[in-house]
Amino acid sequence: MNDGTLVSIRDGAVSFRVRSAGRGPHVVYFHSFHEGSGWSPFLDRLAARYTVHAPLHPGVGGSAGLETLEDVFDLTLAYEELLDALGIGTVTLVGHFFGGMVAAELAAVFPERVARLVLVSPLGLWRDDAPSEDLLILPREDLPAVLFRDPASEAARRWAAGPASEEENLAAQIESIQRRAAMAKFVWPIPDKGIKKRLHRIEAPTLVLWGDADRANPVVYAEAWQQRIKGAALSLLPGGHMVLHETPDVAAAAVAEFVGR
Amino acid sequence: MKICFFHLMPYRFLPDDFEQRYRSVWVDPPHSLFDPEKCSGLYHEFLDELEFAEAQGFDGLCVNEHHNNAYGLMPSPNLMAATLTRRTSRAAVIVLGNSLAAYNPPLRVAEEFAMLDLLSRGRLVAGFPVGTSMDMNFAYGIDPATLRERYYEAHDLVVQAWTRPEVFAFNGKYTQVRYVNIWPQTLQKPHPPVWIPGGGSVETWEWTAKLDYVYCYLSYYGYKRGKATMDGFWEAIARVGADDNPYRAGFLQLVCVADTDAEAERLYFEHVHYFYQKCLNVWEGFAEAPGYRTVKTLQTGTKPQVGAQAKKVRQSLDWQKYLDQGYVIAGSPKTVREQLAECIKSLRVGHLMVLLQIGSMPKDLTLHNTALFAKEVLPHVRDMWPGYKDRWWPSGCAS
Repeated sequence: MNDGTLVSIRDGAVSFRVRSAGRGPHVVYFHSFHEGSGWSPFLDRLAARYTVHAPLHPGVGGSAGLETLEDVFDLTLAYEELLDALGIGTVTLVGHFFGGMVAAELAAVFPERVARLVLVSPLGLWRDDAPSEDLLILPREDLPAVLFRDPASEAARRWAAGPASEEENLAAQIESIQRRAAMAKFVWPIPDKGIKKRLHRIEAPTLVLWGDADRANPVVYAEAWQQRIKGAALSLLPGGHMVLHETPDVAAAAVAEFVGR
Repeated sequence: MKICFFHLMPYRFLPDDFEQRYRSVWVDPPHSLFDPEKCSGLYHEFLDELEFAEAQGFDGLCVNEHHNNAYGLMPSPNLMAATLTRRTSRAAVIVLGNSLAAYNPPLRVAEEFAMLDLLSRGRLVAGFPVGTSMDMNFAYGIDPATLRERYYEAHDLVVQAWTRPEVFAFNGKYTQVRYVNIWPQTLQKPHPPVWIPGGGSVETWEWTAKLDYVYCYLSYYGYKRGKATMDGFWEAIARVGADDNPYRAGFLQLVCVADTDAEAERLYFEHVHYFYQKCLNVWEGFAEAPGYRTVKTLQTGTKPQVGAQAKKVRQSLDWQKYLDQGYVIAGSPKTVREQLAECIKSLRVGHLMVLLQIGSMPKDLTLHNTALFAKEVLPHVRDMWPGYKDRWWPSGCAS
């Protein structure tokens, strides 16, 4: 893993910082609100079998051009252009929550480009009787109990550990606000931006992966996603919303088993 | 010097244990706490207080806009301003204001402000706030990333609708109108004075300074804490090379007047405490949607007026602390006169707005506070800033 390379599209109007690692078939991973720098032990494990690219969303950690992107459709087009810029033809997409929505949009709008699709607790559908948690705004101290199956676990504690000094603290706060603001632009105030009308277009074999104790994005959505995507498989893993971070080995194995080589 | 009477129109009947039982006064306070019979009475009480203020000699009457808010029962300040145009004849009617991004199309604001200007015979001040995060992002669902861009575009449309002589097309990013042509047009020319209520955004200082508008800091934390913000505005004014006319600035200050300092505590403490403990009890998650403030403003390290940190500070407050920190200027006429003069001078404000109905303060006490202020304080500060011309005062008001 490295700090990533900057890949520009649209004559530099949008640029992505893309972190890449590993060798083998290409896998692109799209991150969600609370994944900090965008790399993780889960991605390390995937990188043992695949060439993993993890672009940071525009507006997050060095990726720029958010102000030029107007809506989810615009973002989807930008990511398709990024695949071109990376020289990737057909690819496996993996995404978590917000990133799952991005991956599903790409697979619905450009079905010919997606070999396999893995959606981890994706965002984008809405039920009045089971709203997903407003993760964009929950105060930091309230997050572990919602994100993790066990907020006292090692994974939760590692996630919650913050910088010590005041100055770093302000910088960390600004980074967190910017990261969430960048994604909020596409899903505020309710994440139902019409994907349900497009999911039938997905051709890629799809795995819907969910933590069985996901308190942020209730498991009732798992079935909805599975039903709306032709032939999709559903796998519930022991874990919470951050299942990729809670059990990276199990999650990476589940993905590898589905994706194969 | 212009002294204006500001009303927030707070719900006065929140339960004693409100801040222990409910997480927020704003965005999601439950309807079970709202009594429509009581609120119907409150509206008339509040309007009586505003009308009384004109009779007592205040220069302007201020109303503002809030949504889902138990301390601000005015989703539409324009309705309140409209009733004031019929029951007053001299004071400026200052609407602070209409949150432009919330109106679709924003021409609605150009039209309603034109109506108010005509109804008041040219006494309107047109306020354009961005709107708080609670109002705009949470109560009205506007995405924080585009709020400011929507606001600036809406402002351009409204001003053009007021000033361009021809029917024109407006091809904006957020509003497209093929035939912009509002009827009626404003009475004041080229348009009513524009005041911008701000909360300390760096960009708003610069923008207000460049457009030669009045900047108003509607602070609940008094003139001592407000100084940094007003200094920031005056620095922006210096950067654009404009003069330092104090009428470029407005400031809101909470004030309580009584016969003696001790009497002020006895009369007003419970209502001031209601305001700070209940009315400003906003859940941390609602204090600021991600992206509401720009990175440039975040980097200044200033904190929002509400939220967890603000709450921690507020909970430790007693009467003496409210006074010492300048949140409230309270006491005998002499005490109030001295501190208010310091407030006006240190912030360099030509348009002072005073909040005399505070929190749960009932009508008789509000009128008492208003009358004492008008008789014992107002005449002593009115002559400040001699030699400066107020170019931002409605032309329909005698100056």
